[in-house]
Amino acid sequence: MELNGGSVVAMIGKDCVAIASDLRLGNQQVGIASNFDKVFPVNDKLYYGLPGLATDVYTLREHLRFRVNMYRMKEEREITPKTFTHLLSSTLYEKRFGPFFIEPVVAGLTTPTPLDPNPKPYISTMDTIGCITTPKDFAVAGTAADKLYGVAEGLWEPDLEPEDLFETISQTLLNAVDRDALSGWGAVVHIITHDKVITRTLRARMD
Amino acid sequence: MVAKAVETPNIGFDFSNHARNQFLGQRLQGVPKATSTGTTIVGVIFGGGDSGEEPGVCLGADTRATGGPIVADKNCEKIHYLTPQIRCCGAGTAADTEFVTNLISSNLELHALSQGRPARVVTAMTMLKQYLFRYQGHVGAHLVLGGVDVTGPQLFTVHAHGSTDKLPYVTMGSGSLAAMAVFESSFRENMKKEEAIALVARAIRSGIFNDLGSGSNVDVAVITKNGTEQLRNYEMPNERGIKSRNYKFRRGTTAWTKEAVRSLVVSEEIKSTSGAGKDQGGVEVKAVPTGAGAGGEEGMEIDS
Repeated sequence: MELNGGSVVAMIGKDCVAIASDLRLGNQQVGIASNFDKVFPVNDKLYYGLPGLATDVYTLREHLRFRVNMYRMKEEREITPKTFTHLLSSTLYEKRFGPFFIEPVVAGLTTPTPLDPNPKPYISTMDTIGCITTPKDFAVAGTAADKLYGVAEGLWEPDLEPEDLFETISQTLLNAVDRDALSGWGAVVHIITHDKVITRTLRARMD
Repeated sequence: MVAKAVETPNIGFDFSNHARNQFLGQRLQGVPKATSTGTTIVGVIFGGGDSGEEPGVCLGADTRATGGPIVADKNCEKIHYLTPQIRCCGAGTAADTEFVTNLISSNLELHALSQGRPARVVTAMTMLKQYLFRYQGHVGAHLVLGGVDVTGPQLFTVHAHGSTDKLPYVTMGSGSLAAMAVFESSFRENMKKEEAIALVARAIRSGIFNDLGSGSNVDVAVITKNGTEQLRNYEMPNERGIKSRNYKFRRGTTAWTKEAVRSLVVSEEIKSTSGAGKDQGGVEVKAVPTGAGAGGEEGMEIDS
């Protein structure tokens, strides 16, 4: 897990979610790339982050792309964040005795349905073997996870508007990764609301 | 021609990454730590005898999940559903307790349907112990299994290696000693329901406050032959205080270099058009002389 470095954080706001990651890819102390994005979209309103071993990031991303495409073809509808989380959890537990070195973070908005007209924004995270945690505030993972816990616990508050959520999650990520040697080298934030997704590349310390 | 299924059904575990992970574990500081539920879980049988109440089982659990020294989940659910009248508390590796209880729950439902009668607690216990023994303790699930069936209230513990115990009161997890201390001093046979819940809550609180691996809230489940009551967050003795300052940042504090906005389709209005020409509203039909329509100048009109 400490080979390539990288961290991801997700937060819940008022009818919106935000997910952010750093951009570093390294080989222990040596930095190799500063454009290694770890957050990927599933569909318009569902994004997930995969911090950890870089080779498993690619493997898992392709594996999930296959599983989600099969789901879309069989069900003829888009997958919801909760179902995607369970799909990801089962995928990880299959490899219980030889796991992927990834601690994923999922963030998304559920489309309103007649049975559930006001769904809450959804974030979740899990350990390397798929134990799901569904926090009501924020989810962190990666080499800077300990620092992210600390900063997020201090800065997060409920019902932040999208622009305020952007500031909070950006400051959480930037300040936490600045204290972690294996994360950093740039950052990307995605803010997901019901009518648009804003992606911003942050100006970060490059040391 | 029979098409081959794209996805081959994978039953059981996939060991293909094991060799690679051993190698990586050697090269780096070791394999990543899985979330464990440090935990205090308890169960108690109450009622019957001269209490005047229906006999039943009362289960309790704390709600902290740890990943090493860090609290991964402050409010996780450790009382898992098996059948409408059977519940299972899980300690040990969190993913293992979650998946093993889900698996046995599905198998119990199928079993009940094929047998035409509700599943018994001993059935659940046997399925769990045979599964866990097969994996020789590597599936780290330590469980307190309780429920009510035709034979009455039953309470068991199942250890990860596959051993089971049948007892009137049980505790498991890192906080089990703290909880057992409470039980050994205060347990009586044939308690009333309120007494049993109070005792269970006290035992869990003892684990929460004295054991480092347990914390947050108390969850309780009460099962009698009339039904199951799930009391999620029955007690919350560790609520966070209100923050005295507001830590919102001024908008524009964070500098960004690139922005991409992806607007999503929010609502679509579909106007249906039926028929051609005259039936469409807002469309004027103008006669066009031959050779003057589209492509007319080049002489591409069909009827010229």
